[in-house]
Amino acid sequence: MEQTIAAVATAPGESGIGIIRISGPEAPEILKRVFEYKSGKKAEKFEERRMIYGNIADEKGEIIDEAMVVYMKAPHTYTGEDVAEIQCHGSIVSLRKILSLVLSCGAQPAERGEFTKRAFLNGKIDLAQAEAVNDVIKAVSDEGSRSAVSQLGGSLSAVIISIRTQMADLLSEIIAHIEYPEEDLEELTYAQITEELAKISERIKRLADSADTGRIVRDGLKLCIAGRPNVGKSSLMNALLKTDRAIVTDIPGTTRDTIEEFASVAGIPVRLTDTAGIRETEDTIEKIGIQRSRDSIRSADIVIFVADGSQRLSEEDTEIISQLSGKNVIFVFNKSDLGIRVTRGEIEDLLREKNIDADCTFAEISALTGEGIDRIAEQIRDTVFRGKAAADNEILITNVRHADLLHQALRFLSDADSMLRSGEALDFAETDIRSAWSLLGEIIGETVNQDILTEVFSRFCLGK
Amino acid sequence: MQRYEMGDYDVIVVGAGHAGCEAALAPARMGLSTLMLSITLEAIAMMPCNPSIGGTGKGHLVREIDALGGEMGINTDKVFIQSRMLNTAKGPAVHSLRAQADKQRYHEEMKKTIERQENLDMKQAEVVDLIVEDNTVRGVVTKTGGVYRAKAVILATGTFLRGKIFIGESSYYSGPNGMAASVELSDSLKKYGIFLRRFKTGTPARVDGKTLDYGEMTVQHGDEKIVPFSFMNELLDKNRADCWLSYTNEKTHEIIRANFHRSALFTGEIEGVGPRYCPSIETKIDRFADKKRHQLFVEPEGLGTDEMYIQGMSSSLPEDVQEQFYHTIPGLTHCKIVRPAYAIEYDCIDSLDLKTTLESRVIGNLYFAGQTNGSSGYEEAAAQGLMAGINAALKIQGKKPFILDRSEAYIGVLIDDLVTKGTQEPYRIMTSRVEYRLLLRQDNAAERLTEKGYRIGLVSEERYQRYLTLKKETEEEMQRLRTTYVTPAEADDFLLSIGSSPLQNRISLAELLKRPQVTYENMAAVDPQRPSLSYHSTLQAYVNIKYEGYISKQLAQIEKFRRLESQLLPQDLDYSELDGIRLEARQKLNDFRPDSVGQASRISGVSPADINVLLIHLEKRRRQQGMEDAEKMSAGEKTKERADDNRGEGDEKTE
Repeated sequence: MEQTIAAVATAPGESGIGIIRISGPEAPEILKRVFEYKSGKKAEKFEERRMIYGNIADEKGEIIDEAMVVYMKAPHTYTGEDVAEIQCHGSIVSLRKILSLVLSCGAQPAERGEFTKRAFLNGKIDLAQAEAVNDVIKAVSDEGSRSAVSQLGGSLSAVIISIRTQMADLLSEIIAHIEYPEEDLEELTYAQITEELAKISERIKRLADSADTGRIVRDGLKLCIAGRPNVGKSSLMNALLKTDRAIVTDIPGTTRDTIEEFASVAGIPVRLTDTAGIRETEDTIEKIGIQRSRDSIRSADIVIFVADGSQRLSEEDTEIISQLSGKNVIFVFNKSDLGIRVTRGEIEDLLREKNIDADCTFAEISALTGEGIDRIAEQIRDTVFRGKAAADNEILITNVRHADLLHQALRFLSDADSMLRSGEALDFAETDIRSAWSLLGEIIGETVNQDILTEVFSRFCLGK
Repeated sequence: MQRYEMGDYDVIVVGAGHAGCEAALAPARMGLSTLMLSITLEAIAMMPCNPSIGGTGKGHLVREIDALGGEMGINTDKVFIQSRMLNTAKGPAVHSLRAQADKQRYHEEMKKTIERQENLDMKQAEVVDLIVEDNTVRGVVTKTGGVYRAKAVILATGTFLRGKIFIGESSYYSGPNGMAASVELSDSLKKYGIFLRRFKTGTPARVDGKTLDYGEMTVQHGDEKIVPFSFMNELLDKNRADCWLSYTNEKTHEIIRANFHRSALFTGEIEGVGPRYCPSIETKIDRFADKKRHQLFVEPEGLGTDEMYIQGMSSSLPEDVQEQFYHTIPGLTHCKIVRPAYAIEYDCIDSLDLKTTLESRVIGNLYFAGQTNGSSGYEEAAAQGLMAGINAALKIQGKKPFILDRSEAYIGVLIDDLVTKGTQEPYRIMTSRVEYRLLLRQDNAAERLTEKGYRIGLVSEERYQRYLTLKKETEEEMQRLRTTYVTPAEADDFLLSIGSSPLQNRISLAELLKRPQVTYENMAAVDPQRPSLSYHSTLQAYVNIKYEGYISKQLAQIEKFRRLESQLLPQDLDYSELDGIRLEARQKLNDFRPDSVGQASRISGVSPADINVLLIHLEKRRRQQGMEDAEKMSAGEKTKERADDNRGEGDEKTE
């Protein structure tokens, strides 16, 4: 039986409405589970091709967004299968939340072009007639092959080849020892192997890490604006967005929940989360908001910590700063138009004192006048492209499949390493290193085992 | 030449080497009338090169041949004179058994087995021509004009086909070991459109053992506990001979280097491609110039002779040079060479011209096995002989072919490599060619294959019953180990004594066994109730439990492979019409006509992208046909049956 697939069908970014499409035999069942009428009642069944209005709610009944949903029965649909569509608000947050809910109900994430592929397979589109299908086939083939790699100008493939060569060298040594136990070979110690494995793993890890930057380039940077109430977080967000999405008032606690927006800052797609000001509160709703603020700090790629620069640091500021350990932080002193009373040194002392290891940059701005905003944009850009991503000729892994293969390969290498460390036999480790080697080969569409054997015979004098 | 009828058989096997013997025994044991023809009956199971069977990877093949009901393992157990399990310092997956065999007795015992085999005739005759009608082989013609008719013919001609020996500047047509070459058959094959190419191999000198200085060399004893090749045997009795280790030196290298120009390998006389893993001594010195010495082993050729084999020293240098450099080696300084080293070049086919059953893609019912397919080694030959014999028999019986895939056996890897990837040099099996090595161990060949061998009618009732008994024994022992517990008080002394840590709580013997320092043997100290079991069951229980984690990890990996492998490709598929697949790949696929998607993915020139597109087309095709055949049967069954048809060749009907 075919699996049911789901994906966001509309282009990412800012748009009023977003659509999540679900296709496959489970589509109506999944829709039933996630949809409820405004009254909170679940739908018994869906009338075919009829839009209904209601909410999307998770299994605990918590409402994620309001939506229009429609169910279309096979075979008269785009894919030729049962299809359900959920139309909701176009924000990335809402779409993501709904999609992950749909996936948790049993749908599989659709591969690129998979809806069209299914349409083709079900005879809804003819190969000869539908030009688009060629693109689809191409898209599907890209997944396993050179094209995806050549998008990166072949540079990824060059790095992978170089790492694989290093692995093949190591493998050929090990293989020579396994295949020719009686041969007069130089001794190969476990320490030598683990040392070499560490080097190889480090290279792969750098690539895999770049997937974070790659993900940022693809999905957007998670940017969290944090700070105590009324320091001008929403003003800063609006300045960055150049819109008035967040309501800005001077009553502390106006922003009670987190607000997320998708924007482009200095050419980088950014998912901006404006958080409720973090402070001690008795207000239940605000408490939830504050909890969410803490969560968004945790998951953020970059935190913009906003302080009222015209005032001394408060207890509440310190409390928030203590949550910033391990993060990339841009300390922003707002209200520079009122004169700055907080110094960079003060913050640095505080971090040292509290033993907080954060990667920091600083900026003074006036969200009101717009002064210094450009500087923040630059700092965001620098943070994204510095460090990890710069390694191995600035290659960014933007393909999820590639990142996944790299992580799998790393797992195999780490297994090999721990086997060797526990004194397990050489051939176990060899199997895992070979698996890792093939996985990297899948990235560049190359897995033939023959290379290693060629290496074995060219390097060692073997045989009777 | 006057031709005359000499008889009618189901299967005719041409050649009596390691491939030929298995290829003849299998169909005969499966009940088909079989004839084995050889230029000389002295060539039956002859070992013209090294006097040993097994080794890394090769030992696995022997165990698999045995598990399927082949003869190589049994024959080796009868005549071994020294046995060693190699690689015991490593994991069980690469433990490899190797036995020195008495060459003469190996030949004699195999000949006896063949003579006594029901349904099997043997005859000394040189085959010079095939009888081919409607692109299907119908028999063979001998040099004297005898016509033997058959439903299937298996060619296992080894190095005999236009064999040419090179010793220095001299060269002459000859089979191995001074036997006659087979020259005319090559022309016949070409006439029928079979492509032939030249490969080369070589063998070192044999010396008189009485002239060696054993004190100058290091002795190599056999194992104390002698493990048999055959599943039918328990531990074997003692070793009867030793091997010896020595090294070349600068002097040796100097002499060889000074005579490079006289080696047929370097003069360009030899056109055939030789194996990298089995280089001649002059090649080693040429390619690894910085290596100060090369290792060599002196191995007995048998108990009934003083001849010793100098492993590691094959050469095509002239006899006078051989005399000089062999004498520079410690232990060999006074040696008398009784047979000079030589290189031999021979005709072989391109294995890409074979189906997975080892049947020719060019001529129906004609099978090829062994060195003539471009492989090397006795074991590789025997494995192919067995599979060709089985498949020729099954085809005649109108049954489905017998294919082992890469996840089932070393034999599967060997044949898949040959017929899918092809080979540019004589092919040798290696454990590192095998993806699922932890599952395809030499110790569990019976568990993997005996049931299959029984179903095709090759495994005898006796072997099958023994297999069932030992399987039950293994399972019971595993169960016992899992359900027998030891307490810290009982086990801690033992654990501390082997450098392991004491227990926190009571623990099953199975869990205990998984500790790195614990083996089945040393665990006996805390396992007083242990039953006395066969060698095989004990080992199985031990390995299965000890390496459970690794085994299940590999089982998970195999899933993806199986999915592609079980997706069979229709033979009527016209790949040239499949949009989205690159042109080069379409041509390759059309030429090759792979059995499964898995096989298609291993063809060089077919990329993963091409495979993805192929999968889409297949799915579409399946759905279309599924709709058409909906009333008759479910789409799944239909696909399977169609694909089975594909595997069954020609116009034979499957059941």
